[in-house]
Amino acid sequence: MKQKSKNTLSDLIDLALTFFKIGAFTFGGGYAMISIIEREAVTKKKWIESEEMLNVIAIAESTPGPIALNMATYLGAKVAGFVGAFIASVSVLLPALIIITLISAFLTPFFDNQYLRYAFLGMRAGVSALVLNAVINLGGFLKKEKRPAVFAILFISLVFSILSAFNILGFDNIFIIVGAILIGLFYTFIQDKYKKNNKLNSTKDKGNKL
Amino acid sequence: MNILLDLFLSFFKISLFTVGGGYAMIPLIQSTVIGKGWIDAETLINFIGIAESTPGVFAINIGTFIGYDLAGILGVISAATGILLPPFIIILCIFYIARKFSSNKYVIGVFLFLRPAVIALIFTAFLSIAYSTIFISKNDAGIDFNWFGLILMVLSFIGMRKCKKVHPVVFLFISAALGLLFYGFII
Repeated sequence: MKQKSKNTLSDLIDLALTFFKIGAFTFGGGYAMISIIEREAVTKKKWIESEEMLNVIAIAESTPGPIALNMATYLGAKVAGFVGAFIASVSVLLPALIIITLISAFLTPFFDNQYLRYAFLGMRAGVSALVLNAVINLGGFLKKEKRPAVFAILFISLVFSILSAFNILGFDNIFIIVGAILIGLFYTFIQDKYKKNNKLNSTKDKGNKL
Repeated sequence: MNILLDLFLSFFKISLFTVGGGYAMIPLIQSTVIGKGWIDAETLINFIGIAESTPGVFAINIGTFIGYDLAGILGVISAATGILLPPFIIILCIFYIARKFSSNKYVIGVFLFLRPAVIALIFTAFLSIAYSTIFISKNDAGIDFNWFGLILMVLSFIGMRKCKKVHPVVFLFISAALGLLFYGFII
Protein backbone atom coordinates (compact mmCIF):
# COMPACT_ATOMS: atom_id res chain seq x y z
CA MET A 1 0.00 0.00 0.00
CA LYS A 2 2.74 2.37 1.01
CA GLN A 3 4.71 1.37 -2.05
CA LYS A 4 1.73 2.12 -4.27
CA SER A 5 1.10 5.62 -2.98
CA LYS A 6 4.80 6.35 -3.31
CA ASN A 7 4.67 5.26 -6.94
CA THR A 8 1.66 7.42 -7.59
CA LEU A 9 3.39 10.45 -6.12
CA SER A 10 6.44 9.92 -8.28
CA ASP A 11 4.14 9.38 -11.27
CA LEU A 12 2.47 12.70 -10.56
CA ILE A 13 5.77 14.55 -10.26
CA ASP A 14 6.95 12.87 -13.46
CA LEU A 15 3.74 13.94 -15.24
CA ALA A 16 4.03 17.50 -13.98
CA LEU A 17 7.67 17.89 -15.03
CA THR A 18 7.20 16.19 -18.41
CA PHE A 19 4.15 18.22 -19.41
CA PHE A 20 5.67 21.45 -18.14
CA LYS A 21 8.63 20.72 -20.38
CA ILE A 22 6.33 19.93 -23.31
CA GLY A 23 4.48 23.21 -22.75
CA ALA A 24 7.73 25.16 -22.52
CA PHE A 25 9.42 23.57 -25.51
CA THR A 26 6.74 23.74 -28.14
CA PHE A 27 6.87 26.54 -30.59
CA GLY A 28 4.81 26.56 -33.71
CA GLY A 29 1.44 25.25 -32.59
CA GLY A 30 -0.43 22.00 -32.12
CA TYR A 31 1.24 19.80 -34.72
CA ALA A 32 4.75 20.61 -33.54
CA MET A 33 3.54 19.69 -30.07
CA ILE A 34 2.40 16.27 -31.29
CA SER A 35 5.93 15.22 -32.11
CA ILE A 36 7.31 16.52 -28.80
CA ILE A 37 4.59 14.68 -26.86
CA GLU A 38 5.22 11.55 -28.95
CA ARG A 39 8.91 11.66 -28.06
CA GLU A 40 8.24 12.06 -24.34
CA ALA A 41 5.23 9.78 -23.87
CA VAL A 42 6.00 6.96 -26.33
CA THR A 43 9.77 6.84 -26.73
CA LYS A 44 11.10 8.06 -23.41
CA LYS A 45 8.51 7.37 -20.72
CA LYS A 46 6.71 4.50 -22.48
CA TRP A 47 3.39 5.63 -21.04
CA ILE A 48 1.60 4.57 -24.18
CA GLU A 49 2.13 2.48 -27.34
CA SER A 50 2.68 4.24 -30.64
CA GLU A 51 -0.63 2.94 -32.05
CA GLU A 52 -2.67 4.06 -29.06
CA MET A 53 -0.94 7.43 -29.37
CA LEU A 54 -2.62 7.76 -32.77
CA ASN A 55 -5.97 7.02 -31.15
CA VAL A 56 -5.28 9.78 -28.62
CA ILE A 57 -4.41 12.23 -31.39
CA ALA A 58 -7.62 11.31 -33.21
CA ILE A 59 -9.63 11.89 -30.04
CA ALA A 60 -7.81 15.16 -29.35
CA GLU A 61 -8.48 16.41 -32.88
CA SER A 62 -12.14 15.55 -32.89
CA THR A 63 -13.09 16.95 -29.50
CA PRO A 64 -13.34 20.61 -28.46
CA GLY A 65 -10.39 22.53 -27.07
CA PRO A 66 -6.69 22.90 -27.81
CA ILE A 67 -5.15 19.64 -29.06
CA ALA A 68 -2.18 19.68 -26.68
CA LEU A 69 -4.49 20.19 -23.72
CA ASN A 70 -6.70 17.28 -24.81
CA MET A 71 -3.68 15.02 -25.20
CA ALA A 72 -2.29 16.05 -21.81
CA THR A 73 -5.62 15.30 -20.12
CA TYR A 74 -5.86 11.87 -21.75
CA LEU A 75 -2.27 10.84 -21.06
CA GLY A 76 -2.48 12.17 -17.50
CA ALA A 77 -5.61 10.08 -16.91
CA LYS A 78 -3.91 7.04 -18.41
CA VAL A 79 -0.86 7.35 -16.14
CA ALA A 80 -2.51 8.39 -12.88
CA GLY A 81 -6.30 8.72 -13.18
CA PHE A 82 -8.27 11.88 -12.44
CA VAL A 83 -5.52 13.60 -10.45
CA GLY A 84 -3.01 12.74 -13.18
CA ALA A 85 -5.28 14.30 -15.80
CA PHE A 86 -5.54 17.47 -13.74
CA ILE A 87 -1.79 17.71 -13.07
CA ALA A 88 -0.86 17.06 -16.72
CA SER A 89 -3.29 19.58 -18.18
CA VAL A 90 -2.38 22.34 -15.73
CA SER A 91 1.35 21.67 -16.26
CA VAL A 92 1.12 21.88 -20.04
CA LEU A 93 -0.59 25.28 -19.76
CA LEU A 94 1.65 26.75 -17.08
CA PRO A 95 4.69 27.78 -19.19
CA ALA A 96 2.59 29.78 -21.67
CA LEU A 97 0.71 31.34 -18.79
CA ILE A 98 3.89 32.43 -17.03
CA ILE A 99 5.67 33.64 -20.17
CA ILE A 100 2.76 35.68 -21.51
CA THR A 101 2.08 37.20 -18.10
CA LEU A 102 5.73 38.29 -17.86
CA ILE A 103 5.66 39.66 -21.40
CA SER A 104 2.43 41.56 -20.75
CA ALA A 105 3.89 42.98 -17.58
CA PHE A 106 7.34 43.95 -18.80
CA LEU A 107 8.24 43.30 -22.38
CA THR A 108 5.57 44.30 -24.90
CA PRO A 109 7.76 46.48 -27.21
CA PHE A 110 10.28 43.66 -27.55
CA PHE A 111 7.98 41.84 -29.93
CA ASP A 112 7.97 44.41 -32.68
CA ASN A 113 11.58 43.49 -33.30
CA GLN A 114 12.52 42.75 -36.91
CA TYR A 115 15.31 40.34 -35.95
CA LEU A 116 12.97 38.27 -33.84
CA ARG A 117 10.82 37.85 -36.93
CA TYR A 118 13.84 36.58 -38.89
CA ALA A 119 14.62 34.09 -36.16
CA PHE A 120 11.06 32.75 -36.28
CA LEU A 121 11.16 32.52 -40.03
CA GLY A 122 14.24 30.31 -39.61
CA MET A 123 12.56 28.30 -36.89
CA ARG A 124 9.69 27.49 -39.23
CA ALA A 125 12.09 25.24 -41.18
CA GLY A 126 12.83 23.35 -37.96
CA VAL A 127 9.11 23.07 -37.17
CA SER A 128 8.42 21.52 -40.60
CA ALA A 129 11.15 18.95 -39.98
CA LEU A 130 9.68 18.22 -36.55
CA VAL A 131 6.21 17.57 -37.96
CA LEU A 132 7.58 15.31 -40.71
CA ASN A 133 9.49 13.44 -38.02
CA ALA A 134 6.20 12.85 -36.18
CA VAL A 135 4.62 11.45 -39.36
CA ILE A 136 7.45 8.95 -39.76
CA ASN A 137 7.52 7.89 -36.11
CA LEU A 138 3.77 7.50 -35.81
CA GLY A 139 3.30 5.98 -39.26
CA GLY A 140 5.60 3.06 -38.40
CA PHE A 141 2.59 0.77 -37.90
CA LEU A 142 1.86 0.95 -41.63
CA LYS A 143 4.90 -1.24 -42.33
CA LYS A 144 3.16 -4.20 -40.68
CA GLU A 145 -0.28 -3.32 -42.01
CA LYS A 146 -1.65 -5.56 -44.76
CA ARG A 147 -5.34 -4.61 -45.01
CA PRO A 148 -5.90 -2.66 -48.23
CA ALA A 149 -8.82 -0.78 -46.65
CA VAL A 150 -6.40 0.97 -44.26
CA PHE A 151 -4.28 2.21 -47.16
CA ALA A 152 -7.39 3.27 -49.04
CA ILE A 153 -8.40 5.46 -46.08
CA LEU A 154 -4.88 6.84 -45.85
CA PHE A 155 -4.97 7.80 -49.51
CA ILE A 156 -8.48 9.28 -49.46
CA SER A 157 -7.79 11.31 -46.30
CA LEU A 158 -4.55 12.54 -47.80
CA VAL A 159 -6.27 13.72 -50.98
CA PHE A 160 -9.07 15.51 -49.12
CA SER A 161 -6.86 17.12 -46.50
CA ILE A 162 -4.30 18.32 -49.04
CA LEU A 163 -7.03 19.76 -51.27
CA SER A 164 -8.50 21.65 -48.34
CA ALA A 165 -5.14 22.75 -46.90
CA PHE A 166 -4.35 24.47 -50.18
CA ASN A 167 -7.85 25.95 -50.39
CA ILE A 168 -9.06 23.91 -53.35
CA LEU A 169 -11.80 22.26 -51.31
CA GLY A 170 -13.45 23.72 -48.22
CA PHE A 171 -13.09 20.66 -46.01
CA ASP A 172 -12.43 20.87 -42.30
CA ASN A 173 -10.26 18.26 -40.58
CA ILE A 174 -13.23 17.28 -38.47
CA PHE A 175 -15.09 16.02 -41.57
CA ILE A 176 -12.22 13.71 -42.43
CA ILE A 177 -12.22 12.34 -38.90
CA VAL A 178 -16.00 11.92 -38.81
CA GLY A 179 -15.79 10.23 -42.23
CA ALA A 180 -13.17 7.79 -40.96
CA ILE A 181 -15.34 7.02 -37.91
CA LEU A 182 -18.40 6.31 -40.08
CA ILE A 183 -16.42 4.10 -42.45
CA GLY A 184 -14.97 2.25 -39.45
CA LEU A 185 -18.45 1.57 -38.08
CA PHE A 186 -19.76 0.50 -41.49
CA TYR A 187 -16.77 -1.76 -42.15
CA THR A 188 -17.15 -3.49 -38.79
CA PHE A 189 -20.89 -3.89 -39.36
CA ILE A 190 -20.38 -5.48 -42.80
CA GLN A 191 -17.57 -7.70 -41.59
CA ASP A 192 -19.70 -8.82 -38.68
CA LYS A 193 -22.67 -9.62 -40.88
CA TYR A 194 -20.45 -11.49 -43.32
CA LYS A 195 -19.02 -13.60 -40.51
CA LYS A 196 -22.50 -14.36 -39.11
CA ASN A 197 -23.75 -15.36 -42.55
CA ASN A 198 -20.78 -17.65 -42.97
CA LYS A 199 -21.46 -19.23 -39.61
CA LEU A 200 -25.15 -19.62 -40.47
CA ASN A 201 -24.31 -21.23 -43.80
CA SER A 202 -21.80 -23.59 -42.27
CA THR A 203 -24.28 -24.70 -39.59
CA LYS A 204 -26.93 -25.12 -42.31
CA ASP A 205 -24.49 -27.29 -44.27
CA LYS A 206 -23.86 -29.34 -41.20
CA GLY A 207 -27.61 -29.69 -40.69
CA ASN A 208 -28.09 -30.90 -44.25
CA LYS A 209 -25.37 -33.42 -43.91
CA LEU A 210 -26.89 -34.79 -40.78
CA MET B 1 -21.32 41.28 -15.39
CA ASN B 2 -18.29 40.77 -13.21
CA ILE B 3 -15.24 40.91 -15.50
CA LEU B 4 -13.72 37.74 -14.04
CA LEU B 5 -16.90 35.77 -14.63
CA ASP B 6 -17.21 37.26 -18.10
CA LEU B 7 -13.62 36.22 -18.95
CA PHE B 8 -14.22 32.72 -17.62
CA LEU B 9 -17.48 32.24 -19.54
CA SER B 10 -16.15 33.73 -22.79
CA PHE B 11 -13.06 31.52 -22.88
CA PHE B 12 -15.09 28.53 -21.73
CA LYS B 13 -17.28 29.06 -24.81
CA ILE B 14 -14.27 29.54 -27.11
CA SER B 15 -12.72 26.30 -25.87
CA LEU B 16 -16.00 24.37 -25.99
CA PHE B 17 -16.95 25.40 -29.51
CA THR B 18 -13.68 25.01 -31.37
CA VAL B 19 -12.70 21.58 -32.54
CA GLY B 20 -9.22 21.01 -33.90
CA GLY B 21 -7.45 23.54 -31.70
CA GLY B 22 -4.74 26.04 -32.61
CA TYR B 23 -5.53 28.31 -35.49
CA ALA B 24 -9.05 26.91 -35.84
CA MET B 25 -9.74 28.93 -32.71
CA ILE B 26 -8.81 32.30 -34.19
CA PRO B 27 -12.19 33.20 -35.78
CA LEU B 28 -14.17 32.59 -32.59
CA ILE B 29 -11.53 34.30 -30.43
CA GLN B 30 -11.59 37.24 -32.81
CA SER B 31 -15.36 37.69 -32.82
CA THR B 32 -15.59 37.27 -29.04
CA VAL B 33 -12.78 39.51 -27.83
CA ILE B 34 -13.27 42.23 -30.44
CA GLY B 35 -17.04 42.05 -30.05
CA LYS B 36 -16.72 42.63 -26.33
CA GLY B 37 -14.38 45.54 -26.94
CA TRP B 38 -11.58 43.89 -24.97
CA ILE B 39 -9.01 44.45 -27.68
CA ASP B 40 -8.93 46.08 -31.12
CA ALA B 41 -8.32 44.19 -34.36
CA GLU B 42 -4.80 45.53 -34.87
CA THR B 43 -3.60 44.61 -31.38
CA LEU B 44 -5.06 41.15 -31.85
CA ILE B 45 -3.17 40.62 -35.10
CA ASN B 46 0.07 41.81 -33.48
CA PHE B 47 -0.59 39.50 -30.59
CA ILE B 48 -1.07 36.49 -32.88
CA GLY B 49 2.53 37.16 -33.93
CA ILE B 50 3.61 37.14 -30.28
CA ALA B 51 1.65 33.95 -29.62
CA GLU B 52 3.42 32.27 -32.52
CA SER B 53 6.81 33.22 -31.18
CA THR B 54 6.27 32.04 -27.62
CA PRO B 55 5.95 28.42 -26.60
CA GLY B 56 2.76 26.72 -25.55
CA VAL B 57 -0.90 26.40 -26.33
CA PHE B 58 -2.15 29.17 -28.60
CA ALA B 59 -5.53 29.70 -26.90
CA ILE B 60 -3.82 30.00 -23.53
CA ASN B 61 -1.45 32.62 -24.90
CA ILE B 62 -4.37 34.77 -26.06
CA GLY B 63 -6.43 34.12 -22.93
CA THR B 64 -3.51 35.06 -20.69
CA PHE B 65 -2.77 38.23 -22.64
CA ILE B 66 -6.36 39.46 -22.54
CA GLY B 67 -6.97 38.26 -18.99
CA TYR B 68 -3.89 40.12 -17.73
CA ASP B 69 -4.80 43.23 -19.67
CA LEU B 70 -8.32 43.37 -18.22
CA ALA B 71 -7.90 42.12 -14.68
CA GLY B 72 -4.30 41.22 -13.86
CA ILE B 73 -3.34 37.84 -12.46
CA LEU B 74 -6.92 37.00 -11.45
CA GLY B 75 -8.00 37.68 -15.03
CA VAL B 76 -5.32 35.27 -16.27
CA ILE B 77 -6.57 32.58 -13.92
CA SER B 78 -10.23 33.09 -14.96
CA ALA B 79 -9.46 32.89 -18.67
CA ALA B 80 -7.14 29.89 -18.28
CA THR B 81 -9.68 28.00 -16.16
CA GLY B 82 -12.32 28.69 -18.80
CA ILE B 83 -10.11 27.23 -21.52
CA LEU B 84 -9.06 24.25 -19.44
CA LEU B 85 -12.43 23.07 -18.19
CA PRO B 86 -14.36 21.92 -21.31
CA PRO B 87 -11.64 19.66 -22.78
CA PHE B 88 -10.78 18.41 -19.30
CA ILE B 89 -14.33 17.21 -18.65
CA ILE B 90 -14.92 15.86 -22.17
CA ILE B 91 -11.61 14.01 -22.47
CA LEU B 92 -11.96 12.44 -19.02
CA CYS B 93 -15.41 11.10 -19.98
CA ILE B 94 -14.05 9.76 -23.27
CA PHE B 95 -11.05 8.23 -21.52
CA TYR B 96 -13.21 6.23 -19.11
CA ILE B 97 -15.73 5.25 -21.80
CA ALA B 98 -12.99 4.23 -24.25
CA ARG B 99 -11.30 2.13 -21.60
CA LYS B 100 -14.53 0.37 -20.73
CA PHE B 101 -15.31 -0.44 -24.36
CA SER B 102 -11.76 -0.91 -25.60
CA SER B 103 -12.44 -4.52 -26.61
CA ASN B 104 -15.69 -3.69 -28.38
CA LYS B 105 -15.34 -4.59 -32.06
CA TYR B 106 -16.90 -1.31 -33.22
CA VAL B 107 -14.45 0.75 -31.15
CA ILE B 108 -11.57 -1.31 -32.57
CA GLY B 109 -12.95 -0.88 -36.09
CA VAL B 110 -13.29 2.88 -35.72
CA PHE B 111 -9.72 3.29 -34.47
CA LEU B 112 -8.42 1.04 -37.24
CA PHE B 113 -9.60 3.66 -39.75
CA LEU B 114 -8.89 6.71 -37.62
CA ARG B 115 -5.16 5.95 -37.44
CA PRO B 116 -4.41 6.28 -41.16
CA ALA B 117 -6.69 9.35 -41.33
CA VAL B 118 -4.71 11.01 -38.53
CA ILE B 119 -1.40 10.20 -40.23
CA ALA B 120 -2.77 11.88 -43.36
CA LEU B 121 -3.77 14.98 -41.38
CA ILE B 122 -0.35 15.32 -39.76
CA PHE B 123 1.35 14.83 -43.11
CA THR B 124 -0.82 17.58 -44.59
CA ALA B 125 0.10 19.83 -41.67
CA PHE B 126 3.72 19.18 -42.59
CA LEU B 127 3.05 20.08 -46.22
CA SER B 128 1.44 23.38 -45.37
CA ILE B 129 4.16 24.41 -42.88
CA ALA B 130 6.83 23.32 -45.37
CA TYR B 131 5.07 25.33 -48.08
CA SER B 132 5.15 28.48 -45.96
CA THR B 133 8.84 27.80 -45.26
CA ILE B 134 9.90 27.29 -48.85
CA PHE B 135 7.68 29.88 -50.50
CA ILE B 136 7.71 33.26 -48.83
CA SER B 137 5.17 35.69 -50.20
CA LYS B 138 7.01 38.95 -50.71
CA ASN B 139 4.29 41.59 -50.47
CA ASP B 140 2.34 41.40 -53.70
CA ALA B 141 5.33 40.78 -55.94
CA GLY B 142 4.51 37.09 -56.22
CA ILE B 143 5.91 34.08 -54.46
CA ASP B 144 9.63 33.69 -53.99
CA PHE B 145 11.37 30.35 -53.75
CA ASN B 146 13.37 30.27 -50.55
CA TRP B 147 16.36 27.97 -51.05
CA PHE B 148 17.66 28.71 -47.61
CA GLY B 149 14.40 27.58 -45.96
CA LEU B 150 14.41 24.33 -47.95
CA ILE B 151 18.03 23.51 -47.10
CA LEU B 152 17.51 24.37 -43.42
CA MET B 153 14.43 22.14 -43.35
CA VAL B 154 16.22 19.18 -44.92
CA LEU B 155 19.24 19.57 -42.62
CA SER B 156 17.06 19.84 -39.49
CA PHE B 157 15.18 16.73 -40.57
CA ILE B 158 18.37 14.74 -41.15
CA GLY B 159 19.68 15.97 -37.80
CA MET B 160 16.53 14.82 -36.00
CA ARG B 161 16.62 11.38 -37.61
CA LYS B 162 20.34 10.81 -37.11
CA CYS B 163 20.72 12.18 -33.58
CA LYS B 164 17.69 10.78 -31.80
CA LYS B 165 19.26 11.39 -28.41
CA VAL B 166 19.31 15.14 -28.99
CA HIS B 167 16.07 16.83 -28.00
CA PRO B 168 14.32 18.13 -31.15
CA VAL B 169 13.95 21.56 -29.62
CA VAL B 170 17.72 21.95 -30.07
CA PHE B 171 17.19 21.84 -33.83
CA LEU B 172 14.48 24.48 -33.53
CA PHE B 173 16.90 26.83 -31.79
CA ILE B 174 19.68 26.10 -34.30
CA SER B 175 17.36 26.83 -37.22
CA ALA B 176 16.18 30.02 -35.48
CA ALA B 177 19.78 31.16 -35.02
CA LEU B 178 20.68 30.37 -38.63
CA GLY B 179 17.50 32.10 -39.81
CA LEU B 180 18.43 35.23 -37.88
CA LEU B 181 21.92 35.14 -39.34
CA PHE B 182 20.82 34.51 -42.90
CA TYR B 183 17.67 36.66 -43.24
CA GLY B 184 19.00 39.42 -41.02
CA PHE B 185 22.60 39.77 -42.12
CA ILE B 186 23.27 37.94 -45.37
CA ILE B 187 20.34 38.85 -47.60
